[in-house]
Amino acid sequence: MTQPIRVLVAKPGLDGHDRGAKVIARALRDAGMEVIYTGLRQTPEMIVNAALQEDVQVIGLSILSGAHNAIVPRLMELLREKEMGDVKVVLGGIIPDQDAESLKRSGVAAVFQPGASLESVVEFIRSVV
Amino acid sequence: MKVSGREFTTISGVSIQPVYGPEDLRGFDFARDSGNPGEFPYTRGIHADMYRGKLWTMRQFSGFATPEETNRRYRYLLEQGQTGLSVAFDLPTLMGYDADHPMSAGEVGKCGASISSLEDMEILFRDIPLGEVTVSMTINSPAAVLWAMYLAVAEQQGVSWARVSGTLQNDILKEYIAQKEYIFPPRPSMRLVTDTIEFGVRETPRFNPISISGYHIREAGSTAVQELAFTLRDGMEYADWALARGLEIDAFAPRLSFFFNAHNDFFEEIAKYRAARKIWAYAMRDRYGARSERSWKLRFHAQTAGCSLTWQQPYNNVVRTAVQGLAAVLGGAQSLHTNSLDEAYALPSEQAVTLALRTQQVLAHESGVAATADPLGGSYFVEKLTLETEAAANRYIRQIDEMGGMIAAIEAGFPQKEIAAASYRYQREVETGARTIVGVNGFRSDDQPIELLRIDESAGRRQEAKLAALRQRRDNQQVRRTLDALSRAAEGSENTMPRILDAVRAYATLGEIMDALRAVFGTYQETAHL
Repeated sequence: MTQPIRVLVAKPGLDGHDRGAKVIARALRDAGMEVIYTGLRQTPEMIVNAALQEDVQVIGLSILSGAHNAIVPRLMELLREKEMGDVKVVLGGIIPDQDAESLKRSGVAAVFQPGASLESVVEFIRSVV
Repeated sequence: MKVSGREFTTISGVSIQPVYGPEDLRGFDFARDSGNPGEFPYTRGIHADMYRGKLWTMRQFSGFATPEETNRRYRYLLEQGQTGLSVAFDLPTLMGYDADHPMSAGEVGKCGASISSLEDMEILFRDIPLGEVTVSMTINSPAAVLWAMYLAVAEQQGVSWARVSGTLQNDILKEYIAQKEYIFPPRPSMRLVTDTIEFGVRETPRFNPISISGYHIREAGSTAVQELAFTLRDGMEYADWALARGLEIDAFAPRLSFFFNAHNDFFEEIAKYRAARKIWAYAMRDRYGARSERSWKLRFHAQTAGCSLTWQQPYNNVVRTAVQGLAAVLGGAQSLHTNSLDEAYALPSEQAVTLALRTQQVLAHESGVAATADPLGGSYFVEKLTLETEAAANRYIRQIDEMGGMIAAIEAGFPQKEIAAASYRYQREVETGARTIVGVNGFRSDDQPIELLRIDESAGRRQEAKLAALRQRRDNQQVRRTLDALSRAAEGSENTMPRILDAVRAYATLGEIMDALRAVFGTYQETAHL
């Protein structure tokens, strides 16, 4: 019996639209993963600290406000500073193609845009952990 | 809508028969359940002549980047025949932070216009006559502050408050339930809302101080019935607080306005609007003893469902929006926002918002649907669905009454959990293919790229520079005095609106005013319900 995958689902920034984050959290849990949901308005520092304390393998970020280019690079930098480079970061939300490409270059493992299936998220996480 | 091999239901899961007839309306009483348009209980609409007397207001929700850029968009929309304005504020404004606050980094101007002070509000409405155009403002936790800025701009334009007309969203309960843009705990938030309602009764007889909103509840994933029930129960909560303040029901009830979603399920949406008017009319007359007909009439704005828009094949969104807008019109909406085809990607481009406005103009001027009041009244199906929607909503309303009201229900996480369960159910149906979304899980093809509005980081820098100059230029002692007076008012029980107006006129910033209130009221953290 392998240990379940541990995932931190986080809502950074000021945006309160948590429908997607909650649906994903439930879907990952139904797929047998252990899910910790941070709740709203988390700074990159708070998210990285929670990821460290909870010893997660994956951080799932949900951002719909357009603030991803300010938030995600800062979070990736903090992960490197804390030598948590093995934690996979996946991002979901309204992320234009060109931003998705540059965020992946900065170390984000995957970007899921609107319409992505729950199954594709589950499968991706299983494939990288 | 087909959700399994054999059963047909509405999008909310209400069972649908293959055909309806007179036997489905056994017990239906025309006077009790329907009435004529313009007559109690207003199931068929609040006006006898409906859109012949006045078309619905075409009001596109709009705002981005700096107030300068948004002002240009407003003047463009008015030139294109739009008949009212609707302000979208950015997230820092919605959360009561100035553009130069650390929490605002990366967010300034992204989701709406950035407004940090009266100076920004003056720019937003430059060359727009506030005595002639009605303005709706989507703002909640800091609503009293933005409203004070608006009233101060009206003063500067020489427009008396007795003439200004428009709507403040100011619906904090649905923030705890769904959209989550709360700042203070529920009770001080409700006190501020009640302050604005009381101030409105005294000073702005043509302004709606609140727009009780189901829109965001639906966008968070609720069913149509949940949207209806939670919204109307929120309305009753506001009425209870205003009555406790000592206001007469007929003094404020005519100024309560509503805002509903227009989602995909055509007939269910129409039934929802009809049931809304009926439930509200009976509640106002019988639960609250309102005697004025104006108190009984539920007036509402509708917006097509943002959450129904797809990233895939974005031109399909034009069609979805047209069908949804038609439902709102057949359901008797007083004003309407039609979404733009690109809104699953970004705030709308000028070209996309023009097409969305044209969609309404085609409905209004070409389709003929505006000629007859409640054209679907008497349809066996629509009347039956209206009765069923009403009954299901009333069950929820009773349940919340039994819990001790909406604040108790929110604190118990009740509406939040109901919505989360409904939204997960919906997503699973999409996932399994039980529910078809054209272009997403059926009829797929390669996407055509579309032109998008991009908001860069320069809006934030320009707003920061303007704020720095303002903080230098203004009388900072006067700012301090007005903020101290506001703090004292907040600690006591007097109406805070006059003090907020004083602070705004002294060019205290939004963040400074909200900080004064945060220091008195504290802030709220929800327990996340998965």
